[in-house]
Amino acid sequence: MLFEVTLSGVTLGGMYALVAMGLTLQYGVARIMNLSYGELLIAAAFAALWFYSGLAINPLIGLIVVPPIAFALSYAIYRILLQPLVRRAKTRDALEVDSILATFGLLFVIQGVMLAIFGGAYFSYSFLAVPLKIAGATVAANRLLALLLAVAIGLGLYFGLTRTRIGTAVRAVAVDPVAAQLVAIDVRTASALAFALGGALVAAAGVLVSMFLTFNANLGVVFTLKALVVVIMGGVGNLLGALIAGLVLGLVENYVAVFVDPGLTLAATYAIFLLVLLVRPQGILGRSNR
Amino acid sequence: MSGREMLGIALAAVAVAVLACVPLMLGDYGLSLAINIVSYTVLATAWSLFSGPTRYVSLATVAFFGIGAYTTAVFVESLAWPLVLLIATGVSVVVAAIVGLATLRLSGVYFVIFSFGLAELVRQLVTWFEVNKTRTLGRYVFTDITAAQIYWQLLALAVLVFAIGFWIGRSRLGLALRAIGDDETVARHSGIDTTRAKVALFVLSTVFMTLAGAIMAPRWTYIDPAIAFNPVISFTVLIMALLGGVHRLYGPVLGVVPLALLFEYLLASFPNHFSIMVGLVFIVIVYLIPRGIAGLVEGAVRKPA
Repeated sequence: MLFEVTLSGVTLGGMYALVAMGLTLQYGVARIMNLSYGELLIAAAFAALWFYSGLAINPLIGLIVVPPIAFALSYAIYRILLQPLVRRAKTRDALEVDSILATFGLLFVIQGVMLAIFGGAYFSYSFLAVPLKIAGATVAANRLLALLLAVAIGLGLYFGLTRTRIGTAVRAVAVDPVAAQLVAIDVRTASALAFALGGALVAAAGVLVSMFLTFNANLGVVFTLKALVVVIMGGVGNLLGALIAGLVLGLVENYVAVFVDPGLTLAATYAIFLLVLLVRPQGILGRSNR
Repeated sequence: MSGREMLGIALAAVAVAVLACVPLMLGDYGLSLAINIVSYTVLATAWSLFSGPTRYVSLATVAFFGIGAYTTAVFVESLAWPLVLLIATGVSVVVAAIVGLATLRLSGVYFVIFSFGLAELVRQLVTWFEVNKTRTLGRYVFTDITAAQIYWQLLALAVLVFAIGFWIGRSRLGLALRAIGDDETVARHSGIDTTRAKVALFVLSTVFMTLAGAIMAPRWTYIDPAIAFNPVISFTVLIMALLGGVHRLYGPVLGVVPLALLFEYLLASFPNHFSIMVGLVFIVIVYLIPRGIAGLVEGAVRKPA
């Protein structure tokens, strides 16, 4: 029983980690606090649903098709909607406030569009819903597959950012945008890329989540919130921290849901958040520099 | 007190007296619109009381509004009305103090994130409590409080918000808050206890939101967590305050009146696309009128001089 709950907690935590990695790119590199982030996850989940039950296309193919679309969409959002704010902002704090406000508006627009198309009902589809036995515990095949794919995507991102030239540039912008400019890094392009990459990641997470979770058009806010909590827990801009924090959150939520009460999972999230704020506000792996 | 200020206070008193007669002149529809406008005036002014000078965007308005509404729903039949309002105030002070003490010591972004999910958290906790402990989801609010009485209470609350806002603007606390908004590090080095100032103001501003919720509750005869903690309310308050301008006490009202009328129209004409429209209106405001109508007016007045 305990092992089984842990296993499904790890799957959920893997999703949170993936979602948070995208957000930490957007916030840590592009300095955009994106409150409409979770809406893209739900939009991707709806896309996967539509592919599967409408067009009979495997969600795994959706996983190849949807993230590039989200990448292009996020890139356009950054260039058209957010870059004017970046230009206007005098300080980093001013940009933070402006981006919070603009993306808060965007949240309601995207959510409104999804509500108009799909309504407020809960959706799910059945894909690979076969039980597998692992060391005595049962786990659904779709959950396990989602976890493995999340790990693969996360690893790919990690190596992309640490082993390639452009990844190094993106990390340099995260550390110090002004200094990065001095060593001839195009900060604007790097920021736009990081923002778009974050969008692609959350869309990938959306497709994966849709394979095993019931979702509705209002759920984006919850994912945004959890991603924000994970990012802060892990330390802003820190991919490894996001991974650890995501797993912790997934595990705690699952334990609370199974052993205490499923109605208190969000309360558990908040309890962890409060604890982090009180004990280690710079995050598990973050350095305090402000 | 200068002559100009005396004139301002006299004009405000006349305006309140005229507004107090509104229920006697308007029909049911007009009165409900007026209640809407006054309640949003209280909420938006209370919002900008804290978020204006400190520049900490609070997304938790409805968390406190809902706490007030729910307190009324639970106690209105068993307790006297002033006691209900007192309990609502007490609950909101405790919640706001916890939130403020945990987040306001840190950089503003933690506060924003915390407030972003606070309404959802309170909603889920109330739902959990109702389902598991009282075994009722949704309550009926039966009182003999009339619409006109609600209007007068809200108007009194609005006068109180303005009076307190006016007082804060001229007090040491107001000066401290403006210093924090300009540069928090400098403020701290000048000997201001920034955390205490921020928490005090946050608590004060949420008390008004809670009272607005408590007073508004009898307008709905039925309340459940999804109605009381509807995130659109937080969003609407934020838009109104920003459109009006948060750096002046009278700013939010300038945003409340046109937007309350616009939303009334949108809700009637496009009930299914309401949040899309509101989102678009909001984005336009953020891009085109970042300093609000009050900022525009002042800019126009200052230019010829």
